[in-house]
Amino acid sequence: MTDLWDGISRAIWMVLSVDANLLEITLRSLQVTLTALIVASAIALPLAAFLSVRRFRLRRSVIALLNALMGLPPVVVGLVVYILLSRSGPLGVLGLLFTPTAMVIAQVIIIVPLIASIAHQSLRDLWAEYHDLLISMNVSQWQKITTLLWDARRALLTAALAGFGRAIGEVGAIMIVGGNIDNATRVLTTAIALETGKGDFALALGLGFVLIALAVLVNLAIHWLGRTEREGRW
Amino acid sequence: MSDMFPLTVTGAETRRRGKILVGPVDLTLEGRGSCVVIGPNGAGKTSLLRLLHGAARLSTGEITWACDVEQAHHDQSFVFQRPVMLRRSVEDNLMYPLRIRKVPKAEARDLAHHWAEKVGLRDMLKRHAPVLSGGEQQKLALARALITQPKLVFLDEPCAALDGRATREIEEILNAVRATGTRLIMTTHNMGQARRLADEVVFMRQGRVHEHASAETFFDAPTSEQAQAFLNGDIVE
Repeated sequence: MTDLWDGISRAIWMVLSVDANLLEITLRSLQVTLTALIVASAIALPLAAFLSVRRFRLRRSVIALLNALMGLPPVVVGLVVYILLSRSGPLGVLGLLFTPTAMVIAQVIIIVPLIASIAHQSLRDLWAEYHDLLISMNVSQWQKITTLLWDARRALLTAALAGFGRAIGEVGAIMIVGGNIDNATRVLTTAIALETGKGDFALALGLGFVLIALAVLVNLAIHWLGRTEREGRW
Repeated sequence: MSDMFPLTVTGAETRRRGKILVGPVDLTLEGRGSCVVIGPNGAGKTSLLRLLHGAARLSTGEITWACDVEQAHHDQSFVFQRPVMLRRSVEDNLMYPLRIRKVPKAEARDLAHHWAEKVGLRDMLKRHAPVLSGGEQQKLALARALITQPKLVFLDEPCAALDGRATREIEEILNAVRATGTRLIMTTHNMGQARRLADEVVFMRQGRVHEHASAETFFDAPTSEQAQAFLNGDIVE
């Protein structure tokens, strides 16, 4: 219990004193996660819309695969990305291992299936509603996709937020591909793991509370920007 | 007369999971006035409209237009029994068919305002379309179908579930549209509406065109017993 109170007071103190180290780690966490979220959304949302409007032979298999990949173990993703980016790996020449870019790549792989699967549920329902109308208007495939994405944008925010939640709390993969290097690839989750390992539970808890606050704040900000609760528009 | 017509349907049939929904249908439609498709439930009225519009797949037979089929589809629109509202404002719903045809935004907005005025939705332009009443949604769906100035409009029971006032407003719009030379092909269960709007009647039964005649001929002297029974309000299957 003492550790818990110590953690809370440590978190408050770190925030109030604008701890430079904490600020750097927090900003890096945000930078890596938001970059991964943007890249993953740019891949997952059009993919989900495409799977909703286009019928092709392996469509059901692709959807089932995406659903299955939602439970992809981050450590395995980290390991695969590590092998690909390591000096002897096929992408080793890029020199990306132990950089924030490598962490973004790992997070994108982890959250694309999650965002695509959740988005697909919403877009599939909307497509069932719009199908006859858009067919009757002779709308092109690309226009169908953009129409669905625009009209379902508020529901898609939920998918993106789920992706953000998964990415910001991720530790296994980014620890492997980022290496938790101070002033380079250390983020909130890897710092928590490090401090726990060192036995400094109060600091680890303090960082944990900052992480939770950050996740809640970003969610609230996106929620507010998306104005999801405006009358009749949910 | 529109250059799309005559529309010729020869031995057209559409099936779903082996069951014949419509057909075989042989029908020739000229390009003037309004054609009302009537018949009992399950007669294939909606399926026929969807088939003619190209929204249902033709299993056998042929549908030919006087012009290129792509041009024909470009020049027609469809109003559904249950209006489909895009999750956008009334204004954006009206602009949508224009914007997908690359009409500049300012021009599309002017036309949207013009049509909103025409159907009595001028004060609702900024409202979210899915929260409109049934009558308002149907008027919006009609305006959205007409905004591209199609030569042919299919209407699948456009006044179903609407009260008398809303029905009268829709019929006034349809009469005005018909007067401009736009061809209307619609289904209805309302015999009063069929009498008010029809220039010609297609009577369907069991997926086939049972009778096709001018409105005057059909309502005064239908040739088949089933059509006579249907007009008398008897149960026809």
